[in-house]
Amino acid sequence: MTNTTAVSIRRSVAATINGKEAIVPEGSTILEACRNIGTEIPTLCYLENLTPVNTCRVCMVELEGSRTLVPACSRKVEQGMVIETESDRVHKSRKMILELLASSVDLSIVSTELNRYMEKYQVDRERFGPLAPPSEQGQRENTKAGHHHTSNGAFASTVAVPTKIDNEQYIRDYSRCVLCYKCVEACGTDAQNTFAIAVAGRGFEAHISTEFDVALPESACVYCGNCVAVCPTGALMPKTEYELRQSNQWDESRQSVTRTICPYCGVGCNLEIHVQDNKIVKVTSPIDHDVTSGMLCVKGRFGFEFING
Amino acid sequence: MDLKTSGKPASIAEIEAIDAVIGNLSHRDDGALNGKPHLNGIGYISPSNSGGHRELLLPALHSIQQKIGWISHGALDYLSSQLGVPPAEAYGVASFYALFSLEEASQTIIHVCDDIGCRAAQGDDPADQISKRYGESGVIKDGWSWSRSPCLGRCEEGSAALIQHSGENHRTVLISPFNSGMLDSISEQSSDIWVSSESAKVPQIDNARSELKLLRRIGSVDPLSLDSYRSHGGYSALRRALELGPEGTLAEIKDSKLMGRGGAAFPTATKWEAVAKNPVRPHYFVCNADESEPGTFKDRIVMEQDPYSVIEGLTIAGLTTGCAKGYIYIRGEYPLAEERLQNAIANATRKGFLGSNILEKGFNFEIEIRRGAGAYIAGEETALFNSIEGKRAEPRNKPPFPAQAGLFRKPTGVNNVETLLNVLEILTVGGLEFAKTGTESSTGTRLFCLSGAVTKPGLYEAPFGIKLGDIISLAGGIKKGKSIKAILLGGAAGSFVGKDQLDIPLSFEGVRSAGATLGSGVVMVFDQDTDFEQVLLRIAKFFREESCGQCVPCRVGTARQEELLARLANKSVYKSKQQELELLSEVGMVMRESSICGLGQTASNAIESAFKLGLV
Repeated sequence: MTNTTAVSIRRSVAATINGKEAIVPEGSTILEACRNIGTEIPTLCYLENLTPVNTCRVCMVELEGSRTLVPACSRKVEQGMVIETESDRVHKSRKMILELLASSVDLSIVSTELNRYMEKYQVDRERFGPLAPPSEQGQRENTKAGHHHTSNGAFASTVAVPTKIDNEQYIRDYSRCVLCYKCVEACGTDAQNTFAIAVAGRGFEAHISTEFDVALPESACVYCGNCVAVCPTGALMPKTEYELRQSNQWDESRQSVTRTICPYCGVGCNLEIHVQDNKIVKVTSPIDHDVTSGMLCVKGRFGFEFING
Repeated sequence: MDLKTSGKPASIAEIEAIDAVIGNLSHRDDGALNGKPHLNGIGYISPSNSGGHRELLLPALHSIQQKIGWISHGALDYLSSQLGVPPAEAYGVASFYALFSLEEASQTIIHVCDDIGCRAAQGDDPADQISKRYGESGVIKDGWSWSRSPCLGRCEEGSAALIQHSGENHRTVLISPFNSGMLDSISEQSSDIWVSSESAKVPQIDNARSELKLLRRIGSVDPLSLDSYRSHGGYSALRRALELGPEGTLAEIKDSKLMGRGGAAFPTATKWEAVAKNPVRPHYFVCNADESEPGTFKDRIVMEQDPYSVIEGLTIAGLTTGCAKGYIYIRGEYPLAEERLQNAIANATRKGFLGSNILEKGFNFEIEIRRGAGAYIAGEETALFNSIEGKRAEPRNKPPFPAQAGLFRKPTGVNNVETLLNVLEILTVGGLEFAKTGTESSTGTRLFCLSGAVTKPGLYEAPFGIKLGDIISLAGGIKKGKSIKAILLGGAAGSFVGKDQLDIPLSFEGVRSAGATLGSGVVMVFDQDTDFEQVLLRIAKFFREESCGQCVPCRVGTARQEELLARLANKSVYKSKQQELELLSEVGMVMRESSICGLGQTASNAIESAFKLGLV
């Protein structure tokens, strides 16, 4: 057998986006191509360090020759594609997707980018009627697949449920859950490999759950908080942040962020220490840090109480 | 992977129910199980992409449900640890399917069809009688409870119920016709309710059998007997395919211009060729028998009455596309069809028509049956793969297409039962001859499921291009004393057409130019007394309940659509009717444009078409 050295060279592919040519390495997504040429596409379930699941459908764009719109976050660029990101079809879809989301989920803590889009499209939360009151504990979770109670249409159904507070590290407020699957991915093979949570149930009643909805201390959860780090809507939140928000004291304008290295072990994870009123209120890791890609363990993320105390 | 389980113990009965399916997996990652028989001795454990045996999850959940009656935390934990599947994920899978209970349930559950086919036939809500007589659904008394069910595929009978009975003498029984009075004798194990009824209404076999091609054996062949099948010409197509070889067979399919009958009308030869030519191995072939489109019962009748034809068709598909393994994914509500397919596989294997060295021509092929558990979405091909793999039946994003990365991420061919049945006909008469029937671009014959307010509901076969009015006439026309108000073509995912459209030619192109679809061959006739608001509400409820919940437009859109139709039916519109209709069309648009799969993309079709026709 002869020894050969394989040299991998990524070919380039060219597409036309809003009339402009975009040349990207083969395998790039439409979203990456758009960002390369400075074209903005709103996203919600997308995150650079996770496998795209394209469930939110906020990033849909028009692809010439395709019957439906296509998700920019996961569709790979092919040579000669002609893409429109600001057509009437795209705008109508975006607006309605945001309205479907806003009418069913509490979006009060989302990115400024998404808020800007909701303003731009004049998203009306109550377009489908007054919002239904929160369901009781366990009601949504225990709805059997294919057996929901038929609505009389007087209220727009929402995913609102009581907040789950069952441990000292973080809370789960599934009223804010858009079912982006990011937490499941972070808990699973994309980062932590703990598999404490999964999507359960079906349809509008689909929700993130441990097995049989057991409390986190009874589950496989190791409190790394990587699910919290990737949550785009505040459905998962450090308990420190939650408590400050509940008492109206959470104020990002009064916070400073200091970058440092985790003191616990020798891996060298970078930390961002969020401090408000001289107290640590949250710890995160930069998503572009090559050691962590934004992920941490329980000590790095939650082991700061001794400093505050 | 170290799994954390709750430590809740499984009972001995639960352990036995699980072990009966997964056997003794002493080390789950050793791969040594490949080739060992399981599941009634038919089929073999296949390597999953994960290295574990996650693909046994669904069969094992079925076993617990059947023998215990519900899936407890202890049982789920034991199963998870045996298969190396995290309990949270196993729970996610179990809670996805309507036929599994995750809390203690009654030993007997009666699922009563209240879907549009039975409504159109009875002119009323079929479940009304039951609730009047026996009280609310879900309430357990005397060991049984009842619940509403989506279409059970017995639309030609106009009423149906699925009986799910757990315990030592567990059984799943599909009965039709069904009336609420039958529940009076439910405690008597000898009563009619405990045996699946035969339902094979194919009226043409009485007066026009010679014109039938796909259905020609039905009612004449003994569905249990391989000899009977062979004496009716069975397995001559496989012999022909073995003579021609894969390339020759593919050439015949190409000549025939066969298009898939599952709903998407994709050219079969193109699909087969893409699988055959893919250098990645192994290849798989899947027969999609998850027939769940409301109003559809054609595949069930074929599987129940002529099961060997499905096995033969799938064997030819496997031969042509280079597969050694095939799957039939059958919906969980079709117990009789499943039983007959199992019997056919066992007999065909015994006689050398399946297994290794088929007909001594050096070709190996085996077939495993997988049973769904109550999820319409599992009929979407990529959701079906996920279901077989032991995952939630959520559709995947395409591309990649199944021929590139399908079941277990390997090149996979997938066809509906009726499509495979056509393959037999093509090999029998030749591709060019086959293409002479039908129209230029819709070749061959088509199976039509006639139901609702017609005189002779049942399964009909006719060449493509037959006029809508003529197929309704074949079924004896509208019931006496009634007049046609509208016809639903293609099922809940199809669309309504009016009585002034009876001259639509039923071909792919003919219905398309009328803005409709043939879908799964549903022709459901509604009379002038129909309460369309209730029919549309039932369709909206169906899509909301069957949406997998993965993408926003479908998950929330189907809920909003149902709410909106409920308001219209209750005469309590929000703002104004005009605004409601605009909203309905905008919701429909976003579901069609931006949903991941065909369920969301078609969830508003029938409803919007009804408004356009002025039915409501």
